[in-house]
Amino acid sequence: MSRFALSVCVVALLGAVASGAPETNSPSAAAKGRAIAVEADARDRGFGDSVVELTMTLRSADGRERVRRLTWQTLEVGEAGAGDKSLTIFHEPRDIAGTAFLSHTYVARDDDQWLYLPALKRVKRIASANKSSAFVGSEFAYEDLLSDEVDKFDYEWLRDEACGDLTCFVLERHPRYSDSGYSRELVWIDQQAYRAMRIEYYDHKGQHEKTLTFADYRQHLAQYWRAHSLRMENLQTGKSTVLSMADYRFRTGLGERDFDPSALRRDR
Amino acid sequence: MKAVGRPILALMFILGAGSGDAQSAEWSGFASLEPRWFIDRPLLPEQPERGVSPSAVLAPELRLSWNDGDDRITLVPYLRFDADDDRRNHGDVREAVWLHVGGPWVWRAGLGKVFWGVAESRHLVDIVNQTDLVEDIDEEDKLGQPMLSAERWTDRVGTFTAYLLPGFRERTFPAPDSRMRGRFPIDADAATYASNDKDRHIDAALRWSHVIGAWDLGVSGFHGTSREPRLLPVEDAAGSVVLVPRYDLIDQLGVDMQYTRGAWLWKLESILRAGHGERFGALVTGFEYTRFGVGGSSADLGLLLEYLYDGRSVSAPPTAYDDDLFVGIRVSLNDIDDTTLLAGAVLDSSGTVAFVEAQRRFGSRWKLEIEGRFFAGIEESDRLLGGLRKDGFINLRLARYF
Repeated sequence: MSRFALSVCVVALLGAVASGAPETNSPSAAAKGRAIAVEADARDRGFGDSVVELTMTLRSADGRERVRRLTWQTLEVGEAGAGDKSLTIFHEPRDIAGTAFLSHTYVARDDDQWLYLPALKRVKRIASANKSSAFVGSEFAYEDLLSDEVDKFDYEWLRDEACGDLTCFVLERHPRYSDSGYSRELVWIDQQAYRAMRIEYYDHKGQHEKTLTFADYRQHLAQYWRAHSLRMENLQTGKSTVLSMADYRFRTGLGERDFDPSALRRDR
Repeated sequence: MKAVGRPILALMFILGAGSGDAQSAEWSGFASLEPRWFIDRPLLPEQPERGVSPSAVLAPELRLSWNDGDDRITLVPYLRFDADDDRRNHGDVREAVWLHVGGPWVWRAGLGKVFWGVAESRHLVDIVNQTDLVEDIDEEDKLGQPMLSAERWTDRVGTFTAYLLPGFRERTFPAPDSRMRGRFPIDADAATYASNDKDRHIDAALRWSHVIGAWDLGVSGFHGTSREPRLLPVEDAAGSVVLVPRYDLIDQLGVDMQYTRGAWLWKLESILRAGHGERFGALVTGFEYTRFGVGGSSADLGLLLEYLYDGRSVSAPPTAYDDDLFVGIRVSLNDIDDTTLLAGAVLDSSGTVAFVEAQRRFGSRWKLEIEGRFFAGIEESDRLLGGLRKDGFINLRLARYF
């Protein structure tokens, strides 16, 4: 275990002792952690579908910037065992305009993913073992964007602490799915609205690899909170990626069929 | 997205876009310089002496959309200017198609493009569009095909598509005095047909595709004029041999499937074809395996292996893929400029055809690609590749996207 990870544990332990809460690793810390994740998920239920225009700014260690523009469509899937479906269509850079990425996530089995290459008119099923791979050269791995389902992790509540003006639950979660690039993740969730405020990703050596911070939260349909700015910083390489969302649209009428691989062909 | 002037909006109005909802018009496309350097001196005296052959492409794309995207028109002209090959100096309409989405149906009418299949080394089942062979011998470039198609999506049993294909496009071939032409010159203008309707025979195709868990499945049928011609030797007025394309009427049944598990893609494409004399079958099968994040980097490394078999006899159009092995590697650096490399070789007892394709973006609108194609160990007597054995090249492509 790295020095850093160790110090996190020590802090967690101290916090637990100070507040009289049960020690970490205990069954109740696991139950509490999971209950927080379940509550956060429950509060986001029923949004139906959403569409958002997204700008992704990639910054290299030497400060060069590249911009990707895309439309991100999400369909909520009600069935047990199934996660959301998402369709990403690129607009910029221009040479990949019309390229689309479709993902069907599942809890207990591998996700299904397809890529649409408009120049060839080809729909290609791709390996979803790409979880730890970089999404279009960004600091977001596929799993950072697509695997946020409650049952994809084991949880543990660590402590409560201030996060900006709010108070956050701090959870540790471990991916249960194969091919993850992480040994564990620390998640800060605000106690008021159960929104993720920050995630720290630790690699398989236990080293702190990346930090994701969520900002500019706005509430939609008087219920659903969406961060309109996400910043992923890679502490090991000095690279970063910022996602900024234009306004979300909800319940636009998208259905199962719009997320079928055969629908990719009609888009471009 | 750029606004296009009033005439186009007027056109959209005429086409039924009167309600004014979510109309859009978008220009895109690219212009490129594509010099090609031939590594060896030409085999024949009539072929151009110079090693570097200049070439350029202009390919604008116009997309109109209305009725909330349920009606779309796509227009993609394609122009290549080539200094050394009269036939490669050509234009085409890659797409000029109207698409209409109505409930579970998708309709297409016009010049369109369709791709079927899963394999990388050879697209066996893909038959709707004619190959634009002057672009490249990898058969990846296609001519726009006149079509009327109806696609029906179903929730449980997959997607069915029927195609009516009025009007046949002849395969393009390099000019007799250019590189990549092969051992004998091809007189494409003298092409003959099995059908009395010649290039006006109405072809038809059907396809079913479906995803069942880890399986992506497709079954297709085609009846009509073969996209691949036989090449018949005839003597021209001067008494030398020229090859004349002959387009047979064929029936083809095709199956393609992919099984995706973990980092593995397992692929199979197979056809059964009748119409060129004896009926024959062909297949390509293999896998693609990817190591994500090799050596702790952000790069992905893919390994490809495919076996190719083709049982056709000499009465059918010739193929290089009778009993071959394809090996390839794919590297994606996953850097901010999307640098990728694909290299591979088709190995056969009678020689090797190898290729490498590398590309990277510069800024947001420029792209540089290097493509090389190499022939090794090919006998002079090889029916298909013998005449190409000195035509290995390196193609540079600098493209500006707009």
